[in-house]
Amino acid sequence: MLNETALQTALNQRLGHGEAHDEKQYLTFLMAGEEYGVDILSVQEIRGWSSATAIPNSPSFVKGAINLRGTIVPIIDLRLRFGIEPIAYGPLTVVIVVKVDFKEQSKTMGIVVDGVSDVYSISEDTAKDVPDFQESSSSQYVDGLVNVGEKMVVLLNLQKTLQI
Amino acid sequence: MPCFLRCKISQKPDPTESQKLKAQFEVILGIESEAGGEEIHSEAEPDKLTFQIDFKPHAHLFKTGNEPLYMIGELAELGDLETQAFHDGIPPFDEFNAEDCYLAWRFFLTTTAPETAIHEVFEWVEDDADISVQLCGGLFEEFDDDLDKEIAATISAKDTPKSIETTENEPTEKDTSQVKEQKAPSVTASAQPALSAKPSTSAPKAQDNTSTSIRVGIDKVDSLINMVGELVITQAMLSQLGEQDMTDSTISALQEGLAQLAHNTRDLQESVMRIRMLPISFVFSRFPRLVRDISQKLNKQVELKLLGEQTELDKTVMEKISDPMVHLVRNSLDHGIETPEQRIAAGKDPVGTLTLNAFHQGGNIVIEIMDDGQGLNTDKIKQKAIANGLINEDDELSSEEVNELIFRPGFSTADTVSDISGRGVGMDVVRRNIQALNGSVEVSSARGVGSTFTIRLPLTLAILDGQLVQVAEHTYIIPLISIVESLQIDVKKVSRVGKNLDVLRLRDEYIPILRLFDIFNHDGAIEELDKSLLVVVESDNQKVGLLVDDLLAQQQVVIKSLEANYKRVDGISGATILGDGRVSLIIDISGLVKLSGLRKPGSQELVLDPNLAEAIS
Repeated sequence: MLNETALQTALNQRLGHGEAHDEKQYLTFLMAGEEYGVDILSVQEIRGWSSATAIPNSPSFVKGAINLRGTIVPIIDLRLRFGIEPIAYGPLTVVIVVKVDFKEQSKTMGIVVDGVSDVYSISEDTAKDVPDFQESSSSQYVDGLVNVGEKMVVLLNLQKTLQI
Repeated sequence: MPCFLRCKISQKPDPTESQKLKAQFEVILGIESEAGGEEIHSEAEPDKLTFQIDFKPHAHLFKTGNEPLYMIGELAELGDLETQAFHDGIPPFDEFNAEDCYLAWRFFLTTTAPETAIHEVFEWVEDDADISVQLCGGLFEEFDDDLDKEIAATISAKDTPKSIETTENEPTEKDTSQVKEQKAPSVTASAQPALSAKPSTSAPKAQDNTSTSIRVGIDKVDSLINMVGELVITQAMLSQLGEQDMTDSTISALQEGLAQLAHNTRDLQESVMRIRMLPISFVFSRFPRLVRDISQKLNKQVELKLLGEQTELDKTVMEKISDPMVHLVRNSLDHGIETPEQRIAAGKDPVGTLTLNAFHQGGNIVIEIMDDGQGLNTDKIKQKAIANGLINEDDELSSEEVNELIFRPGFSTADTVSDISGRGVGMDVVRRNIQALNGSVEVSSARGVGSTFTIRLPLTLAILDGQLVQVAEHTYIIPLISIVESLQIDVKKVSRVGKNLDVLRLRDEYIPILRLFDIFNHDGAIEELDKSLLVVVESDNQKVGLLVDDLLAQQQVVIKSLEANYKRVDGISGATILGDGRVSLIIDISGLVKLSGLRKPGSQELVLDPNLAEAIS
């Protein structure tokens, strides 16, 4: 299997794996004045808010399901998910459609945020672990914190955030 | 590259030489080379020859407008092609030049065509590549890793490669039919076979594309053609109307035409859907043999009865249901039906009976697997469940609830089931597979009399007729096929049973009223019984009434999965997209009944006792 190994090496080199500065791009968005980041590779599209069909007996942060070109996509309000005070949806309210790989299958879901901010290249090495406060249930959704200039960006763990 | 030659020419050098010569003549004479080659072989040597072809394009190959894929394709047409790609020459990404060719190949072509035919393939790139063609005499030598590396090194040293698509041609196991006859002295025998002698990879791909087909009765096709004929007539009528000036009479004619068109499309759709429906005998037909084999193995006497073989079912559903059915049948034979001695001792006919029955009920197809064996041993199942921690010792369970336990994953490990009736082996998998089809499976059993597994499946996975209903500001869809009637409630005929269950007396029956807005937790619905409407639906032989605000249109809806991106929602079987693009959820009646608490999960009967209801009213 010599050829496979060689190919793997070539691929790794191409994709930049195994290199010291392991940079990933993150799409950041704003919510309640804070900036959050998600891996840009999991982002499928960004769209405006449109009304969703309620799903009975679902948790309050599940706003319902929308029709995304023939696929039924559930919409999650991240403010409610994190226990932040909800705000009224306006013309600037944004739905980020993400594709998340769970253990068994990959799911397409939408998250409602206040607005999209920026795209940063962030090296994983610089991310700091979240201080582990027992009280704060939200910290389990966070992969790490990074500084971008003067700002702090919260890197989200989408798998955990969107596990319903 | 002489070092690549690992095979010696076969036992008959002379005919080979003459073939080459003949073939060359034929090329000169313009006779098609492949046909010519075959002819010669049939005369001189019927065996095919195997050539080893090393093809290493120079880096600039693409710039000359040549595409190796076409050449490989041409080679594949000559005979059985084995391809091995060397991609070690692919440089790091930053040095990668997209216009350069970095790949090299080695082919083993087993063909009846002459060597000249191979040269012809590469004719155009002779100057832009290193090409060597060697005769292997139909025999492959084993290559060891080192030699393989050596080859790779030789190739990559010069430059080059490109892509990943050729990696599927990785060497696989050497075909054992290729007898190793002569070995080049320089080659050490290695345990690592580097070459494959399997047929070319293009063949299985082609098979994949054509593997799904369907046999359709000619009557179905005929009716389809009839429908299309009518559709064409209607279309002609409408287009004629469109050319006329609009008057009152043309408008009414237009409306008529449109109604006709709606009728036609509807019929057409039904006909098309019917093409997917096949009689269930396609599945049933495999069971006689299965039952005979297993019962012989187990020394049991079993008679198999097949009922309702002509019941039609969607092909995709049918394909997926056959494995769970086999499992259930095996279980019935293995654990349900007793040996002849046991049966005689129990006072039964020594020949046991296994019945497979299929029929339509409501919008579902029901498949029953019945045996007249010993039934489920509820005591043992219960003990096992207690031992496994599934239930507590003092839990009071009905026998139905005990039977449900066999579908629990905890019962699926072999050692835990060997000493109970064994019904639990993999039952959780069976249930999961059936649920994946939006179906359900239940078991009922009586000690010593037998047990029955009942599978309920939707007729088709794709489309259903739906009644749109309004609950608060939400639109839901009730499968039309399960609706018995819709009516306004006469409050005088409603009585309350227990704390919060209302029952409507409808002719001779008592219909429990389920408030949809309550079950689904929606605010803002009409709560007064006399102002809302009741949709009476039937599920699992039980009628219930669903309280809705309003009835909207009826339409066919395409079922979409809600589970795919979200999760299973109790009382909802799926979602669909309405004409205006909104999502609407489809109500799962039997799930709803469970959700409402009218029926405990797993029990067969509604909690509501008809006698009790009668006494109250």
